[in-house]
Amino acid sequence: MPLTVAIIGNPNTGKSTLFNALTGLQVRVGNFPGVTVEKKIGRIKGTAQPIDLVDLPGTYSLSPRSLDEMVSVNVLLGRQTDVGKVDAVVCILDASNLERNFYLACQVLDLGLPTVIVLNMFDVASTRGVRIDIPALSKKLGVQVVATSAHRKEGLDALKAAIASAVPNGPGTRPHPFPETFYSECHQLASKLAGLCRSDAPSFLVERALLDVGGYLETEWLDDDNAAEQWRTALVEARTRLKDAGCRVPAIEAKARYAWAKQTLAEITTIPSARAETLSDRMDRVLTHRFAGLLIFAVLMVVVFQAIFSWAEPLMGWCEAGQSAASGFVASQLPPGTLRSLLTDGVVAGVGGVLVFLPQIGMLFLFIALLEDCGYLARAAFLMDKVMSKFGLNGKSFVPLMTSHACAIPGIMATRVIEDRRARLATILVAPLMSCSARLPVYTLFISLFVSDSPLLGLRGARQGLTLFAMYALGITAAALVAAVLRKTIFHSETPPFVMELPAYKWPSPWIVFSRVWDRMMAFVTRAGTLIFAAAIVVWAGSFFPGDHSQEFEKQRLIEAAEPIKSDLLLQEARTVEALDKLNQRISHAAWENATERDDILKLTASTQTELAKLKAKLKPFEDASDEVNHMRASLVEQSFLGWLGHLIEPIVKPLGWDWKIGVGTLLSFPARELVVTNLGIIYGLGQDVDESDQQLWSTIREAKWPDGRPVYGVPVALSIMVFFSLCAQCAATLMTIRRETNSWRWPLVTFSYMTSLAYLAALVTYQVAIRI
Amino acid sequence: MPQTLDQLPEGQAATILDVEGDDAVAVRLLEMGLTDGELIRSLGPAPLGDPLEFEVRGYRLSLRIVEARRVLIRP
Repeated sequence: MPLTVAIIGNPNTGKSTLFNALTGLQVRVGNFPGVTVEKKIGRIKGTAQPIDLVDLPGTYSLSPRSLDEMVSVNVLLGRQTDVGKVDAVVCILDASNLERNFYLACQVLDLGLPTVIVLNMFDVASTRGVRIDIPALSKKLGVQVVATSAHRKEGLDALKAAIASAVPNGPGTRPHPFPETFYSECHQLASKLAGLCRSDAPSFLVERALLDVGGYLETEWLDDDNAAEQWRTALVEARTRLKDAGCRVPAIEAKARYAWAKQTLAEITTIPSARAETLSDRMDRVLTHRFAGLLIFAVLMVVVFQAIFSWAEPLMGWCEAGQSAASGFVASQLPPGTLRSLLTDGVVAGVGGVLVFLPQIGMLFLFIALLEDCGYLARAAFLMDKVMSKFGLNGKSFVPLMTSHACAIPGIMATRVIEDRRARLATILVAPLMSCSARLPVYTLFISLFVSDSPLLGLRGARQGLTLFAMYALGITAAALVAAVLRKTIFHSETPPFVMELPAYKWPSPWIVFSRVWDRMMAFVTRAGTLIFAAAIVVWAGSFFPGDHSQEFEKQRLIEAAEPIKSDLLLQEARTVEALDKLNQRISHAAWENATERDDILKLTASTQTELAKLKAKLKPFEDASDEVNHMRASLVEQSFLGWLGHLIEPIVKPLGWDWKIGVGTLLSFPARELVVTNLGIIYGLGQDVDESDQQLWSTIREAKWPDGRPVYGVPVALSIMVFFSLCAQCAATLMTIRRETNSWRWPLVTFSYMTSLAYLAALVTYQVAIRI
Repeated sequence: MPQTLDQLPEGQAATILDVEGDDAVAVRLLEMGLTDGELIRSLGPAPLGDPLEFEVRGYRLSLRIVEARRVLIRP
């Protein structure tokens, strides 16, 4: 039976670092049921008795204001059924900032669990001149105290030994920081609560209930309305009596615990009174300077953006190359048929659709881990908070939203740094509105087709550039508006506090950065990846069934069987063209000695031309066959479930200026919006190998007609498609990432509904206005 | 005459008298160590004017102006 040990600490104390150092990379990652809190459990390496370490979110205190914050308390009290009873707790403190960290330590010791106190960043504290008498502190608290420097991997063995012997050592001395009146009020409350069928409540929770005005235990604890009312009255009365006795709640807790912290530390530590200015202080003066600070910030953000937008590109290219290689391999091993279609268009495309995001996720988290570990991320939030707070967000929303312009998925994953739940959800909900790189093929296709490149104010391509800029501006404006609306509606309540510690700068540690990047990439593949894959299979099935593909497969089989003949003919054709080119060159330069030679050349040219024509005639049936298969596919898609759905929604998309083909193309692009170009290619019978600069696709789009002969496309339709794709939620991967990050289907559903409605309305207005001017 | 923390000039220190209210903001300020009798020093505003940076109990803290206004001080 393994022991269960929880690990808790303030943010920025190196808790994750210690967790990773103790457990290695073999960690089970999940979610606590019903909340957004991530559950990480790892087995400690190299102990005689197996020990499972449960990572709790970084926190400054154990006063639960929401269900999310209640999780840590429940785990520690053994009330979280999916974790089980906790045998001991490890409390990580920043040794260079002991007084504030002792507040949480005081609360943890009040739990009465076997405890290990860790003084991390001991090296930093020592260089600052902080001296701590560890044996004396250990004696005073009645628990083991271990000094570590996680960055240098110092003190880890001592910590392991302390954890292993924590349970036999038993709990420490309770701090007992409050005046006696407080404890007697708690006692009375506990008996009252027992009468309201909560006889199981530990004294810790009763104390919390009394202290946390408007906290989770006050408002959510009792289901029975009648009991809840009596309970609240009892709380209010007890608090009034305490206030009269000079112990005003909630101020009494901070006062009592900080007094305890000061008193405990006074005899045991020496902290240099006049703090010498450190290198960190000098760096901070530059990095938060009015001009230099903002300039450095802007440069850094450009680099981060560039990394995700461009540097990840070659890696994504490899993913795509791997995907087509895998498809090619499957096609070479299997005859055309349903299984092959499932494998190439469903499975390989689905796996590729997951892997293709890894370069961007890795790249973003490389930077975020670096910036966070060195302490700059908090400064970035400090710099940008004023701008973001105008929209109900906070400074920590900036980096996730900015990087969402490359891809919303790493952006949404990066919102983990936002502690406030409402600000984090608001950031997640608006992040997909930013124009990500997957929108570019759509923009490129329609801008190059329908926006003139004639010079504007002497600048060639200025109109096209402006249109592209307008699309990006549209996303940002919509996000600002939606965030402001969310603050007034779903997240309507007091403005969340933005009280943030600005940690001292330090050198980032490579292995911490590496493990953070690895951790995020694995979390994406195992949790969101499976859902993205499932979505790809569902959409494949929707576009494949119920049509009869036997003719298509038969034709495809014949084409593939004749492939060697075709490539041989193509080779001959290429050689003949080359030969003809040489002959034509000699003719144009009149490169001959005499009339006989000239006649020979002309004769040879004529015969080569005939030969080429013959070859072309031989190749014609092959091209016809490919065209035929492409047309079969187009009509099979039309007959499929999604095609049927596309016809069904034609009346809905018609006011946007769309025909059913654009409708189906949009439906088919649910897994990823960049697929719309490929899907239009399939629907127009051009096959799936078209891209946004395909000339055949361009001419098909230009010539597409309604049944009555009017052209389908024009500037208004092009604009309405672009506006729709700029605002819509056609990206299964984003929605599944939201599902994973919020641990609920509610938020992806909200995101999909509001974005689709917004996209539809905006496209409708765009089209209806554009056809009238 | 008590002042509020947002009025504390850059570089100067003051003693905390009280934190007003009992909501989430007040509790968070108290938890971060802004209790009465404690010394706090202003390190000035962010480049855009808000939030403000302070030093208290040996560490650095960023507060928005609206939050700093909740803290009563005696210079």
